[in-house]
Amino acid sequence: MPYEPYFTEEHDQLRRVIRKFVEKEIVPFVDEWEEQGEFPRSVFIRMGELGFLGLHYPEEVGGQGGDYFSGIILAEELNKCGCGGLPMAIAVQTDMATPPIFKFGTKDQHERFLKPAIQGKKIAAIGITEPNNGSDVMGIQTRARREGNEWVINGTKTFITNGTRADFVTLVTRTSDDPGPKGISLFLVETDRLGFSVGKKLDKVGMRSSDTAELIFDNVRVPHENLLGEEGKGFYQIMWQLQGERMIGAAGAIGGAEYAYELALNYAQTREAFNQPIGNFQVIAHLLAEMKTEIEVCRELTYATAYRFSNGDVAPKEISMTKLAAAQMGHWVADRALQIFGGNGYMAEYPIERAWRDSRLPRIGGGTDEIMKEIISKQIGI
Amino acid sequence: MSHWIFSEEHQMFRKAVRSFLEKEVEPNIELWEKEGETPRSLYKRMGELGFLGIKFPEEYGGSGLDLIMEAVFTEELSRSGSGGVGAAIGAHTTIAMTNIWRYGNHEQKLKYLVPGIKGEAISALAVTEPGGGSDVANIKTTAKKDGDYYVLNGQKTFITNGVNADYVIVAAKTREKPTHRNISLFIVETNSEGYSVGKKLKKLGWRSSDTGELFFENVRVPKKNLIGTENEGFRYIMQNFQYERMTLALGCIGAAEKALELAIKYSKERIQFKKPLSEFQVLRHKMVDMAVDIEKARNITYRALYLYNSGKDCVTEATMAKVYASEMLNRVTDQAVQIHGGNGYMMEYSIQRLWRDARIQTIGGGTTQIMNEILTKQLGILSRPNKLQTQ
Repeated sequence: MPYEPYFTEEHDQLRRVIRKFVEKEIVPFVDEWEEQGEFPRSVFIRMGELGFLGLHYPEEVGGQGGDYFSGIILAEELNKCGCGGLPMAIAVQTDMATPPIFKFGTKDQHERFLKPAIQGKKIAAIGITEPNNGSDVMGIQTRARREGNEWVINGTKTFITNGTRADFVTLVTRTSDDPGPKGISLFLVETDRLGFSVGKKLDKVGMRSSDTAELIFDNVRVPHENLLGEEGKGFYQIMWQLQGERMIGAAGAIGGAEYAYELALNYAQTREAFNQPIGNFQVIAHLLAEMKTEIEVCRELTYATAYRFSNGDVAPKEISMTKLAAAQMGHWVADRALQIFGGNGYMAEYPIERAWRDSRLPRIGGGTDEIMKEIISKQIGI
Repeated sequence: MSHWIFSEEHQMFRKAVRSFLEKEVEPNIELWEKEGETPRSLYKRMGELGFLGIKFPEEYGGSGLDLIMEAVFTEELSRSGSGGVGAAIGAHTTIAMTNIWRYGNHEQKLKYLVPGIKGEAISALAVTEPGGGSDVANIKTTAKKDGDYYVLNGQKTFITNGVNADYVIVAAKTREKPTHRNISLFIVETNSEGYSVGKKLKKLGWRSSDTGELFFENVRVPKKNLIGTENEGFRYIMQNFQYERMTLALGCIGAAEKALELAIKYSKERIQFKKPLSEFQVLRHKMVDMAVDIEKARNITYRALYLYNSGKDCVTEATMAKVYASEMLNRVTDQAVQIHGGNGYMMEYSIQRLWRDARIQTIGGGTTQIMNEILTKQLGILSRPNKLQTQ
């Protein structure tokens, strides 16, 4: 049934198609990919063929011409696949590394980077965080210096999703020694350039089907055409990018929480103790009701904020609130779900322990809970 | 930019209501709290301004506007800082009169809705009894037919506006069985013989609203005062619960906004260790948590409101809104007191009143536990009949 004013019949149809794809082509392989620490490149290509990597991009860049909510559907449904890693990798491709190219890039950059990313032929990564700088973007040390028609980049990035195998990185650098926001610029850097290397693949608590790496830039030379947007405007561009990153992160958290809730509900209805399904014990039943309420509350907040976002209202207060609330909710729901599973919940044989591990990240990635609160406190005039 | 459910007109109305409340309600709250009631003059004044008949048809003196407009009023009324005034006015317009509007006939509307909308008559809804609150099916008050009358006997309690009401909508059993099809609603004028108000109940909060205990001793109510169809009362009450829950949730949002506003204001003025409290990160983050909590409650409530206003089923959403918003208000007001420190515990500061007023919200209109019981059914959580119960 259409969910006004956010989703139409067409959206529902898309959701069914994605759900089917997830059930057939993702779910059966999740355990294997989690084990391997990555999923095959062929998934990007397949999703590109199906149009899933460009749902909300216009047709002229190879997208499906859908609205923002079609991307929300993808994030929600992918997060019900049984892991958070793969959906995160895809979200980096669709909603984190590529939006700045679409928004600030040249036609040539659309051709060289955006289109192949939407086709799934090139894997994209976004390079912001450094060993010494996370949310403090202004303090980053990766330096790009101009030499004639080229830029020479030196520095290290870390915690980079898709980092071990990205074909290009949307990279945040410092292009001036003047402190402050004006010295930041973005570049699109192909990873086959001389001087680029992957430091190490990072081992993580959760999100294990997504590869995470440290990237090293040692005198990497890129042509001036690879500067993304205007020199010195990178800070504002990346602040804009982060809004979309947080928005899609919230949508993912909703999907993940629904997945955990459904698992817990199903378990509570089938697991018997003291002669009855444990879900018939009042505290468990009420706990499930509270979990579902939290999900729905955050869903409404997320959709209402996404609605603004899709109408061009980039509202950092609402977006930060949404990201904070959804991420906290996602982990809380997974934690309560694990509790309902009892001892089984602690066993890798049951899927809930992974949901619990994976749901921990959204409270850190895209800006920690605490960073969200700092942003919000300024926005509400404290 | 505000939420999409509100139009330009809604926003203009919000401004008008807010400015009225700032001038004519806020300065008097303390006095009314001491007096233990909202004065009749306020009903009258709100009647003149059209605030009591927002959603009611123009032919009865209402404004014929949508429920979202009334929601704006409810939110703002609570935001003015008095749960008691909100309760008194809300019990009159959204809880009591709504029954006449929805299920009453033309004559009843002329006789009761018209003066109610003008603020000349105060109304109340009486369902709860000493022996039962949310367990509506088990009320004990009876109404027995006797010629052109029904004779009412029984007792009601916790009735908002119970002391001052000119007429009360009373739920009574019109037959023994079947359960859920044996309750009817009556309009009872409070000057009827056999009707009496027991003691005015003293409360922890909501003090500017009067709460009464009502006694019915062979009260003869003319047949024409039966609302809708006989024995359909349970259904009417249940239907109205959706709107009541939403209204309560809206009230919680308004009150929480006020509490946060007071906390922020205080934190900026209060200097400790040579800087305002607002510059201490833990307090700043605490206030952010409060703000986020409010936004969460707001969005689920607006969803329920939108569905209800479009005539769609919203039992789940309205119940979630009520349970979430009321728990939220308790968290927010408690933290607001905390930010006020010792001053927060003093009657001189109004935050203590918001905190006291908040406490009823997880109880009134169905407790949090009752809401969760409803949700377990709505969400299909109970898989099969409880074996222990069926044994």
